[in-house]
Amino acid sequence: MTERPILEVRDLRKWFPLGSSLFSRHRQQVKAVDGISFSMRRGEILSLVGESGSGKTTVGRTVLRLTAPTSGSITFDGQDITRLSRRQLRPLRRRMQLVFQDPFASLNPRMTVERIVSTPLIIHDEPGGIAARRAKVEAALQLVGLLPHHATRYPHELSGGQRQRVGIARALILRPDFLVADEPVSALDVSIQAQVVNLLLELKDLLGLTILFVAHDLAVVGHISDRIAVMYLGRLVEVAETRVLFARPRHPYTEALLSAAPIPDPTVERQRIILAGDIPSPIDPPPGCAFSTRCRYATEACRAAVPPLREVAPGHLSACIRDDIALQAPRHGALTAPSKETCRCRLRSTGYRVTIACPRPSTSSSSAPASSASAPPTNW
Amino acid sequence: MSAAAPAAAPTAGLRVLERFRRHRLAMFGAVTIATLTLACFLGPFLLPFDDTYIDIMQRFAAPFGGAHILGTDELGRDMLARILMGGRVSLLVGFVAMAIGMAVGILVGAVAGYYGGLVGTALMRFVDAVLCFPAIFLLLALAALVEPGLTSITLLIAATAWMDVARIVEGQIRSLRERDFAVAAEVLGATDRYIILRELVPNAVAPIVVAATLNVARAILLESYVSFLGYGIQPPVPSWGNMLNNAQIYLTSAPWLAILPGIAITLAVTSFNFLGDGLRDALDPRMDGR
Repeated sequence: MTERPILEVRDLRKWFPLGSSLFSRHRQQVKAVDGISFSMRRGEILSLVGESGSGKTTVGRTVLRLTAPTSGSITFDGQDITRLSRRQLRPLRRRMQLVFQDPFASLNPRMTVERIVSTPLIIHDEPGGIAARRAKVEAALQLVGLLPHHATRYPHELSGGQRQRVGIARALILRPDFLVADEPVSALDVSIQAQVVNLLLELKDLLGLTILFVAHDLAVVGHISDRIAVMYLGRLVEVAETRVLFARPRHPYTEALLSAAPIPDPTVERQRIILAGDIPSPIDPPPGCAFSTRCRYATEACRAAVPPLREVAPGHLSACIRDDIALQAPRHGALTAPSKETCRCRLRSTGYRVTIACPRPSTSSSSAPASSASAPPTNW
Repeated sequence: MSAAAPAAAPTAGLRVLERFRRHRLAMFGAVTIATLTLACFLGPFLLPFDDTYIDIMQRFAAPFGGAHILGTDELGRDMLARILMGGRVSLLVGFVAMAIGMAVGILVGAVAGYYGGLVGTALMRFVDAVLCFPAIFLLLALAALVEPGLTSITLLIAATAWMDVARIVEGQIRSLRERDFAVAAEVLGATDRYIILRELVPNAVAPIVVAATLNVARAILLESYVSFLGYGIQPPVPSWGNMLNNAQIYLTSAPWLAILPGIAITLAVTSFNFLGDGLRDALDPRMDGR
């Protein structure tokens, strides 16, 4: 591991001040992100997972320097970008891009697809005339599986999946190294989600992208990411390689998230861990471990001090002080990292991609679910 | 005409046109304005009489009675020529005042809406302060201080007409700048100017266009007020307002002196208002499929 990480985040904090009243001296702060550190190596997909309000989107946007962090540092490819001005950031914008959650809101409704996708070329004054620009747009559209005639359409004339493809084409036309995908499939139909996820995976391999994938859905994340970072109330609670995290979660929150993810096999008996209540307020977080208010393993010691994120196994970080508990892992292979048994094919006529997960030979086939229910975990 | 088959989806522009054409009053307004504008700018070349030519033998000639189609005024000047020349002045003042007011309003509104914070608050409170003055008194007070004339009256009217545009634009920009496509432009490294002018303002064009049309009507009316009160366009240059002013004393003996410019003002102002209404509906995509 001598290679320089493409992104290194150290102790990142982003607090938003609440509207202060004239009389109160102390402004309250929303601690959306409260001390996060991680680094990404080139070509990796790191997923940032957490429920609404955990601050994952804020991390994504702060890393791109759309907002200035309250404290901490962000190093992009060896360059400290924490305090760069917008003007200084401009050349870096070519190398780091964002794909949005809502593909409709992120496309200007007054512009045609061609105009939208060529916006980066215009902003960065790409050399070449209109013809060169048009050729690049066409290439970018082709890259994301859109047809040349889509260029003349307006966003409202496209389907959700097509819109997200336009968003991806815009993000990739300048060939960035680093992409933040902010819940890129959450707003899409389930049937379209797989297409867009697979598209991102293919483009990652093709263009050598590094992707920070923000999501709340472990099922999607397990399919694409190399590593997963679980966030709770502005802090990281667990970071591990996808397979390790799914096989052996070390934080109770991760365990609860895993148990909540759907498994497409009705015969599997399992215990769901239902978390009581809501995520606490980031204005006034509970003392000690933020998760202690909802954790079924919480003890007095948990409420005493904020547990640090520490290495519990090589490359596996967790912020739980209780090493004595045995956490459950999902017992079935539905929540898996991408396995070799996944075949992808592309329908020539439509340009759409289809992913079919084939059952492993060692487990019984899907036509005999009774035996697969009792099959031992054979995920890896 | 619901032949908007999804296969051959008409462009957004065509659909706007289609909705506009179904709005009868707006079509009436558009046609009237086109006719009025053409008549005012081309008509005087075709008429036998100049608007300042004094036909002393034909004073107070009634309309439809002789060589002067719409009659003459107290000095024997041709009414039709004066209406058309007055229309030039009124329409010109209306359009130019609108254009200036729009430019200032969009600039102030966009800057206030985009930057917000202290700058935005200061600008918008200033707008509110100016808005507190009743326009007509502000106009009269200012008109009393400066030399009346075409340029000064246009600027004065523009000075009272930019605030509502500023408020409309400020609200639009403030909500648009939070939208993801504005953020997308920012991630791409766009400058503020690019984001405001190329991404945001085009999305606020519908309310701006509507406000612009209504503002022309308002400017024409204001010019008439002020000229009627004698502070605006000065004789012998005719304007619809100062023609009305002249007509006051002859109201019983020669009513056409008041009625004709009155009709012209009414026609122009209502037409612009109808046009504004029609554009408002036409530019709203939710009005589709009625």
